[in-house]
Amino acid sequence: MRITRYAATAALLSLALAACSSDAGNENEQAADETAAVETDVEFPEGSTMARLNEAGSITIGTKFDQPGFGLLNPQTQQPEGFDVEIAKIIAAELGIEADDIEWTETVSANREPFIQNGQVDIVVATYTINDTRKQVVDFAGPYYEAGQDIMVAKDNPEGIEGPDDLAGKTVCSVEGSTPAQNIRDNYPEAQLVTYDVYSKCADDLKNGNVQAVTTDNVILTGLVAGSPDAFELVGNPFTAEPYGIGLKKGDDEFRAFINDVLEGAFEDGTWEAAWDRTAGAISGTEAPEPPKVDRY
Amino acid sequence: MSFLADNFTLLRDAFLTTLSLAVVSGICALVIGTLLTAMRVSPVAPLRGAAGFYVEVFRNTPLTVVFFFLAFGIVQIDLQFPSRFITAVAALSLYTAAFVSEALRSGINSVPPGQAEAARALGLDFRQTLTSIVLPQAFRTVVPPLGNVWIALAKNTSIAAGFAVTDLTAALQRLTNQNADQLLVVFLAIVCGYLVITLPSAWLIGVIERRTAVLR
Repeated sequence: MRITRYAATAALLSLALAACSSDAGNENEQAADETAAVETDVEFPEGSTMARLNEAGSITIGTKFDQPGFGLLNPQTQQPEGFDVEIAKIIAAELGIEADDIEWTETVSANREPFIQNGQVDIVVATYTINDTRKQVVDFAGPYYEAGQDIMVAKDNPEGIEGPDDLAGKTVCSVEGSTPAQNIRDNYPEAQLVTYDVYSKCADDLKNGNVQAVTTDNVILTGLVAGSPDAFELVGNPFTAEPYGIGLKKGDDEFRAFINDVLEGAFEDGTWEAAWDRTAGAISGTEAPEPPKVDRY
Repeated sequence: MSFLADNFTLLRDAFLTTLSLAVVSGICALVIGTLLTAMRVSPVAPLRGAAGFYVEVFRNTPLTVVFFFLAFGIVQIDLQFPSRFITAVAALSLYTAAFVSEALRSGINSVPPGQAEAARALGLDFRQTLTSIVLPQAFRTVVPPLGNVWIALAKNTSIAAGFAVTDLTAALQRLTNQNADQLLVVFLAIVCGYLVITLPSAWLIGVIERRTAVLR
C-alpha cells in the first residue's frame, strides 16, 4: 500500500512540475514576442562564428545577474532581465536563435576576460566598459550605451556635493578594483576613498553616515536610488564617459562587424529604444538617450 | 616584470596590511582565547557557562557574518570602531579566540588530572595550579593545533578585503580588473604574498613543536 502511495505522490508531483514548466514556457514566449522577431532565413559566410552559432541554434551569453535594470536574475523564472539582456536577445534573434535557446552565464567584473578567452561564453553583454587594456585580450563591438561616473549622496544632499571636485576632504565609497575607484585615486586624490567588495555595503555606509558619498557608473547608482528613494539621491552630473561594449573573442573581426551592424540596425528601427524603455528606463524613469556611435576600430 | 615594479607600493602595503592584520589579531586571539579557557576550566559555574556560550556562538558563526555585524550591525546601537582596520582586527580576534580556546581546552584535558590533584595537595591555589602546572604542559601539546588556527587566521584575513581594508586580496581585486592582460602575474604575486606568511609559519611551528616536546 505504501508503495502505491509513494507512486501516487510522485505522479502528482511530476504533474505539478510539468504544469509549472509549461507556465514558465508561456511567459517566455510572451517575452519573446515583445523582443525582436527571430530571423528564420539567414545566410552566413561558411566557417564564420555566425554560421556556427546559427547551425547550433544556441548561444552562450555572459551577463550580470545582480545589476538592476541591466542584468538581474529573476528568481521566479531563473532568467536574467534587463537592458543588457534585451540587447543580447536582439543579437541572438539576428543570428536566428530563439530567446529560449540562449544559455545565460553569470559573469562578474573579474571573470569576463577569462570567460571570453576560454570560450566559456560566446559574447559578454555585462555593463562592460570598453578600454585599451581590455582590448589587449578581447575585442569589443559597440558601444551600445554610454554610461558615466556619477555620485550618490544622502537624501537632500546635506554636504552640498555637486560634482567630483566637491569630494575633496570627504569620504567617498566605491568598489575595490572598479574603474570609478581608480579614477578617484588618480584624479581626485583629496577625496578619501573607502572601498568595499560590493556596492550594497557602500549604500549601508552612506545610510549610517560613515561615508558622505558613493561613486560609480550612474546606471548602478540609479538602481541603488530606486531601491531606497527616501535615503539616497543622485547628483546627476556624470563626469566620465563609460562606453558599454559587447565583449567577444579577440581577432574575430567578422563577428564583431556583424554585431556592429545589428546594433546600428537596432538604433535605427527603434528596437534599441524599446528595449531601454522596457528595462533600465522603467526603473530610472528616464527617456532613452541618444544611441551612441558604434566604434568600428 | 615592469608591471610588478609599477605596482610595488600597492603590493608592499597590501602585504604589510595582511601581515599586521594576522599578527595583531593572532596576539589578541591568543590572549582572549587563554582567558576563555581559564574561565571554562574554572570552578565558578557562571564563568564556565559564559565562556562556553561565547565559544559556541563564535565558533558556529561564519566569519563574514561576524564582520558584517561589527561593520554594519553595531551602528544600530550607536557603537562604532575608530577605523576599519580595527573593525577587522576585532572580528578576526573574537572569531579566532573561540578556536584558540577549544585548542587550549583539548590541551588541558590532555594533562592527567593527577597533576592538578598533586598541585592542590601541595597547597597551590587555582591560579597557581593553572599557571605553573597545567597551562605550561597544555601549551606544549597544543602547538600543532594552534599552528593550524594561526594559518587559518592568516588566510581568513582575506575577508577584510570585503570590508574596506586594502589587504592582499583587495589588491588582487584592484589589479585584476585594471590589468586584464596580466592576470597570471597578478595571481602569482598575491599567492606568493600569502605563502611568505604561511610557509615560514608552518616551519616555525614545526621547530617549536620539536623544541617543546617532552617525554611523558
